[in-house]
Amino acid sequence: MDFDLMFTSFPKLLGATVVTLKLLSASLFFGLIIGLLFAILRLNKNILINKFAYGYSYLFRGTPLLVQIFIIYFGLGQIEYLRSTFLWVILKEPYWCAIIAFTLNTGAYTSEILRSAFQTIKPGIIEASKSLGISNKIIFYKIQIPIAIRQSLPAYGNEIILMMKGTSLASTVTLMDLTGVAKYIISTTFKPIEVFIVAGGIYLFMTFIIHNVIKFLEKKYSFNS
Amino acid sequence: MNIFKKTILTVLASLFVIGNVYADKIKIGTEGAYPPWNSKDASGNLIGFEVELAQELCAIMKRECTIVEQDWDGMIPALLMRKFDAIMAGMSITAERQKTITFSQGYADEVASLAVMKGSSLVGMETPEGINLSLGGSDVKKALKTLTGALAGKTVCTQTGTIHQNFLESGDVGSVNVRTYKTQDEVNLDLTSGRCDVALAAAVAFTDYADKSGEAVTLVGPTFSGGAFGNGVGVGIRQGGDDAIGKRDAKLLKDFNKAINTARKKGIISKLAIKHFGFDASM
Repeated sequence: MDFDLMFTSFPKLLGATVVTLKLLSASLFFGLIIGLLFAILRLNKNILINKFAYGYSYLFRGTPLLVQIFIIYFGLGQIEYLRSTFLWVILKEPYWCAIIAFTLNTGAYTSEILRSAFQTIKPGIIEASKSLGISNKIIFYKIQIPIAIRQSLPAYGNEIILMMKGTSLASTVTLMDLTGVAKYIISTTFKPIEVFIVAGGIYLFMTFIIHNVIKFLEKKYSFNS
Repeated sequence: MNIFKKTILTVLASLFVIGNVYADKIKIGTEGAYPPWNSKDASGNLIGFEVELAQELCAIMKRECTIVEQDWDGMIPALLMRKFDAIMAGMSITAERQKTITFSQGYADEVASLAVMKGSSLVGMETPEGINLSLGGSDVKKALKTLTGALAGKTVCTQTGTIHQNFLESGDVGSVNVRTYKTQDEVNLDLTSGRCDVALAAAVAFTDYADKSGEAVTLVGPTFSGGAFGNGVGVGIRQGGDDAIGKRDAKLLKDFNKAINTARKKGIISKLAIKHFGFDASM
């Protein structure tokens, strides 16, 4: 064990964690918006809209994240027509390709989590609200959405942790995130065990924080208290 | 003794025997993704200059060899962890690597070059044809200065953990914006897509790609050798030691050196180099 290397690589890896956190927060933010949108589309009674939303979640939950990121980064880059459009300004940057892939992936899972949460809301609650003369719009925003979010907290917490680990794939498209910098250090020191232990420790610590924040929120918004 | 015990003993005994037989086999690690040095054919078999050379060297050593595939970024760690006994993967002999492993004498050498897509502003850059960083001198200094100016603000792509990355980060051409990839294939893809303004690798890696893909990839600037680019490509082997395994590694190094001498004298290396590179890259 080369403890010196572990100490010297720690600050470098910590610096790279900022990139990981940026990727994670951006994709979770956009992913939540897409997830909520598609969850609502899934509950739509129109079969075309419903199937479209289902198709999206099926496609992105049914293929590996690595394949998705490769298709978006290397695949779309090979289409000559695309390179002449304004889209190339975004797709040229590995950073945005990674965020697009992560967003679409987490969006698909989030839509499923929220959809099932909406479906667990007891019809009695909505009927009671209606009988009090509350409008459908207010029922949706003030009653259904808050309950659905509370219901989906445990599953969504899991999704955040999975996504956090998923960001390590950003290193496959040249981004210098936590895993990318770890690999870079290994390429000059040839000592993978030491460097990956430190990087793994940082990932573990991030999981610890996310886990506890979700646990706190679950308790705070518990139905039983 | 019941049948159960007998079976187990037989299995253990056979494992022991097999283990001993296989201990004599040399396992050689290669990348399989750096044509024409080493690559894979359509059905996934390893092919290329080093794959054929490895077989020739093993025939000379009268040893049985298996060639295994290993990603480039884990090549030296895998050697150290004894996943295989020798590296033949277009790996240049450099002082940095020699801190961790040892090399046989070089068997081939090949210059590095920058590449761009046709129509790039770098085409027609005025530099000498080739520079040797070990020699130095005013010509080299002037060429590096021209390159520093030409590469400023450009995204330069290269494979991770290579002599090419070391050179770009050495400061010889100023502080360039380096982007590193896991394989040379990915460098080529992003060079054609336009994400990379310039790429740096072995000159043949680009000419081979341009030939096979038909893309308008073209070499620019001088060819590089010496300095950060190392002293030719050799067989990478673990540093020997005083214990049994260390002695075995030290003997393997000797055997490879002898075999390379023989192959060179017989003209085998030249013949294979001409076949794969189109010119005699042997040394």
